[in-house]
Amino acid sequence: MVARLRQRFGSGISEASTYLGQNYLIVDRSVAYDVLALMRDDEEFDYLVDVTCVHYPERAKQFEVVWIVYSFARNERIRVKTGVAEGEAAPSVVALWGTANWLEREAFDMFGVQFDGHPDMRRILLPDDWKGHPLRKDYGIIQQDNEWVRINLGIESGQ
Amino acid sequence: MKDEHNPGTAHLDLDTPEAQLRLTQQERARRDETFLDANELVLNMGPQHPSTHGVLRVILKLDGEKVLGTECVIGYLHRGVEKIAEHRTYTMFNPYVDRMDYVAAVSNGLGYCEAVEKILNVEAPPRAQYIRVILAELNRLASHMLWLGTHALDIGAITPLFYTFRDREEILKIFEKYCGARLTTHAFRIGGCLYETYDGFEEDVRKFSKFVAPKIDEYETLLTTNRIWVERTKGVGFISAKDAIDLGVTGPVLRASGVKWDLRKAQPYAAYKDFDFEIPIGSNGDTYDRYLVRIAEMRQSLRIIQQAVDGLPEGPIMAKIPKVIKPAVGEIYHSIEAPKGELGYFIVSDGSTQPYRVRVRPPSFVNLQALDKMVRGALVADVVAVIGTIDIVLGEVDR
Repeated sequence: MVARLRQRFGSGISEASTYLGQNYLIVDRSVAYDVLALMRDDEEFDYLVDVTCVHYPERAKQFEVVWIVYSFARNERIRVKTGVAEGEAAPSVVALWGTANWLEREAFDMFGVQFDGHPDMRRILLPDDWKGHPLRKDYGIIQQDNEWVRINLGIESGQ
Repeated sequence: MKDEHNPGTAHLDLDTPEAQLRLTQQERARRDETFLDANELVLNMGPQHPSTHGVLRVILKLDGEKVLGTECVIGYLHRGVEKIAEHRTYTMFNPYVDRMDYVAAVSNGLGYCEAVEKILNVEAPPRAQYIRVILAELNRLASHMLWLGTHALDIGAITPLFYTFRDREEILKIFEKYCGARLTTHAFRIGGCLYETYDGFEEDVRKFSKFVAPKIDEYETLLTTNRIWVERTKGVGFISAKDAIDLGVTGPVLRASGVKWDLRKAQPYAAYKDFDFEIPIGSNGDTYDRYLVRIAEMRQSLRIIQQAVDGLPEGPIMAKIPKVIKPAVGEIYHSIEAPKGELGYFIVSDGSTQPYRVRVRPPSFVNLQALDKMVRGALVADVVAVIGTIDIVLGEVDR
């Protein structure tokens, strides 16, 4: 499969390897959607397990978006990863898998990464008017949107 | 859902993702306006509502009794578990996972410990793995019992609640004797188990499985052919196998739609490859089938428990792991079949004593997303039945 993907996307696939028996692909943001669509349609990866994000503030492309896909027919799981810089948007895969809807909303809520083409890009766990994205590395563990807490809860601090 | 006599519902024909993509924000606002003009009702269910099993708020759009669409508002119980993980050592984070799906704490702990073992590249000794299987399956029983009791209560049958809670108590007693806690057990440690089984553990488990097998038949006599139960659940909350896979639904909900997939068989973890058991599946994908699947699963769990107790090997219960847990740089995804579906942990290590990132793939959160698909066109009372049948725990939805 990797050979076929490389043939089709060339340098868009920058790494394909295995760590502790688990396969992963690192792809360019511009081809990520096509790679995932091809995996779903031609390689039977019909179940999107998870969409999530990891924040690396020291990298030029700060956010690494991770898609975990699984194939029932092959009983195989694979991770597809791509780097996204601040202000850039990752492609949304809601059109491929319905489950991506809430998962992408959560990634946006926690990291502030936009998903291009998502039908309803809103926060999901935190209040809609909350400021900040808590799973970023520069967001402290006891940090809160104190203004929101004051206005909505009527107390000085949630701590 | 096209209703020609009622143009007000046109805006809710958003079933396909393509249709959703076409909507711009302006269109959305305009459609919402039309919606308010029509003779339709917006009803808030929850967050303080007994049948939402916690603090779930569902906004229902109704036409009389008919549900046109739903929107879930979640996050009331968000505690930032994934953020906390980044500020604790691997060992310190272990008890936190029990607080996600708090009715199946053993499964949470099992998934987390195995994920960390995997990234450390160690394996728990066989005896520890057998103890893990026994406790995890007991916990699956407890979780399904709690589900059955509350689900039946939602639909109007009170007796099953007393029966299931009476029997669940016996499981909690075993947990308490084993590790001192009933719900948030923290039963396992990275590398194996902390506690050896207590004297009489095997006796207790055997006694329990003898005691509970006829009790499961008893639940069935109350419900399986009960006319009210059948009418309230048959054909309610239907989801096809295709939709279930598209929405990432796992666990009993997926199996009731006819997909024979269970991580215990597909990618065996702990000691599951040693045991003989079936994967019960349904065919109709409705609330009734999900009930039958879970009941059948309880019987299979008992089978596993009996085999595990009979074959419990001797030996150490802890692998040789370093005093300070410092996995090499890298990442791992490991998932287990929790009572509610696929529970996964994605751990990124930067080589320090604290995880760089822990992502929990919660089955309840993903399964809850299917609620909208399952209740469209149904009646308000069915929403209660469907929330129950998905079997969510808000601690895990919100984390």
